[in-house]
Amino acid sequence: MSETAVDAEEVERVAELARVDLADDEVDAFSAQFAEILEYFEALDEVPEIESDADLVNVMRPDEVEASLDQDEALANAAETEDGFFKGPRVS
Amino acid sequence: MSLNAFITEETIESDAEGPLSGKSVAVKDNISTEGVRTTCGSAMLETYVPPYDATVVDRLKDAGATIVGKANMDEFGMGGTTETSAYGAVKNPVDEARVPGGSSGGSAAAVAAGEADLALGSDTGGSVRNPAAFCGVVGIKPTYGLVSRYGLVAYANSLEQIGPIANTVEDAAALLDVISGPDPKDSTTRFDVGGEGDAEGQPTHPATDSNYAAAADGDVDGTTIGVVTDLLDGADDRVVETFEAALDDLRARGAETVEVSLDSVEHAVQAYYVIAMSEASSNLARFDGVRYGTSGGYEGNWNDAFARAREEGFGEEVKRRILLGTYALSAGYHDKYYKKAQDARAWVKRDFDDALEAADVLATPTMPVLPPRLGESLDDPLQLYLMDANTVPVNLANLPAISVPAGEVDGLPVGLQLIGPKFGEEAIVRAASAVEA
Repeated sequence: MSETAVDAEEVERVAELARVDLADDEVDAFSAQFAEILEYFEALDEVPEIESDADLVNVMRPDEVEASLDQDEALANAAETEDGFFKGPRVS
Repeated sequence: MSLNAFITEETIESDAEGPLSGKSVAVKDNISTEGVRTTCGSAMLETYVPPYDATVVDRLKDAGATIVGKANMDEFGMGGTTETSAYGAVKNPVDEARVPGGSSGGSAAAVAAGEADLALGSDTGGSVRNPAAFCGVVGIKPTYGLVSRYGLVAYANSLEQIGPIANTVEDAAALLDVISGPDPKDSTTRFDVGGEGDAEGQPTHPATDSNYAAAADGDVDGTTIGVVTDLLDGADDRVVETFEAALDDLRARGAETVEVSLDSVEHAVQAYYVIAMSEASSNLARFDGVRYGTSGGYEGNWNDAFARAREEGFGEEVKRRILLGTYALSAGYHDKYYKKAQDARAWVKRDFDDALEAADVLATPTMPVLPPRLGESLDDPLQLYLMDANTVPVNLANLPAISVPAGEVDGLPVGLQLIGPKFGEEAIVRAASAVEA
């Protein structure tokens, strides 16, 4: 028995966290699919802890002003703008 | 275009003279082109027109190439068949009743059908190699860091690379010569492999002195090819037979084959999807209908408007992955899924390093199956994810790999995948050129 059974309530909670509205039939379909997919992911429990040496280095450049998009270009794809700003819905 | 290989057909001419003068190139629609809309196969970005070029597009223009259009793709690169595009499925030019593979299906179909000489795709878990295999063309997934990702609309940053698709290994390698190299706008391309740098002490990049096209000389005499036995078990028998026949040819040309086993690949698909979905859930948060994306209007508060815009703009597979990624990263599940997936990723890397001690390159069938019929595989997402078993381990390990046509079964192409060590692009190009000879 999988400990990650996913019910419709759980799918709706995650959808809210992800800011994606779902239709009722989508909630039902996803509940069934998520149970199956997450059960498949359970196999990761068998993976041993691996010591990995991340070959990462910080890459810095001098803090100098460089050319960038101008305000018009940056706003060109916004549906609504006002006085050179993005215009969005109320925050809460 | 009866194949639906392009979302936007627009010619972008170059006034430069270079190695790609006279060549037409299709560019996957998740690679930014200044002034030409870039939809990522999504309704969310139907009207998005980037104000700048991706670095690879700059390089195509500098090399004299003519861009002939933005190639169709699975929405945001999420899919293995190019059926999740909001602009309709692409048909496989080899057999129009079948899928071209995904997610760079439009790019591969355009080349296979002669609608472009060359194409660029992006490969997050096999998205260049898979459609190359299904359409009977050549595709290269470069080592992570060889090609700039600047201007590529991100799906899963730590996994994806832009890669070339062409009719021949030499042509694909020549396109890689054009697009590879360091880019100040993408810090993952900037490091010093040897540690010493050049004469001035500046970090060097592996592509600085490379000539990938010249490596396509067909000479595999003395090359040791490791056959990854774990990835043959689940494959279609007819695919395995074609793969074995291609290996026979390579042995006849002086290559030696050895069997290698990678224990970790059994967990690679799970690890890949957990990591890719997690990164997707974060990357796709930017599509809110305010800065770009279709707007949900201004009714209600920010969260409501945002959630409605995303319900409308995203297709089913994209929603599925965003939600699963959000779940995998949520409180209580992070250690169970995401952390374990990172362990599996490190394990896969180590396994590949060990195997590449015993062999110069590794070989597998690119896809374990033949191209499915259109509509055949969409209903069961898990089955679709399992199709990626042979390609995703390479992305987890950040290694280079190429898919080259190995033969046909009932008129359908079978691809052979060759995997090389980090920045070992010459080795896989050389071995692949022997397969097509």
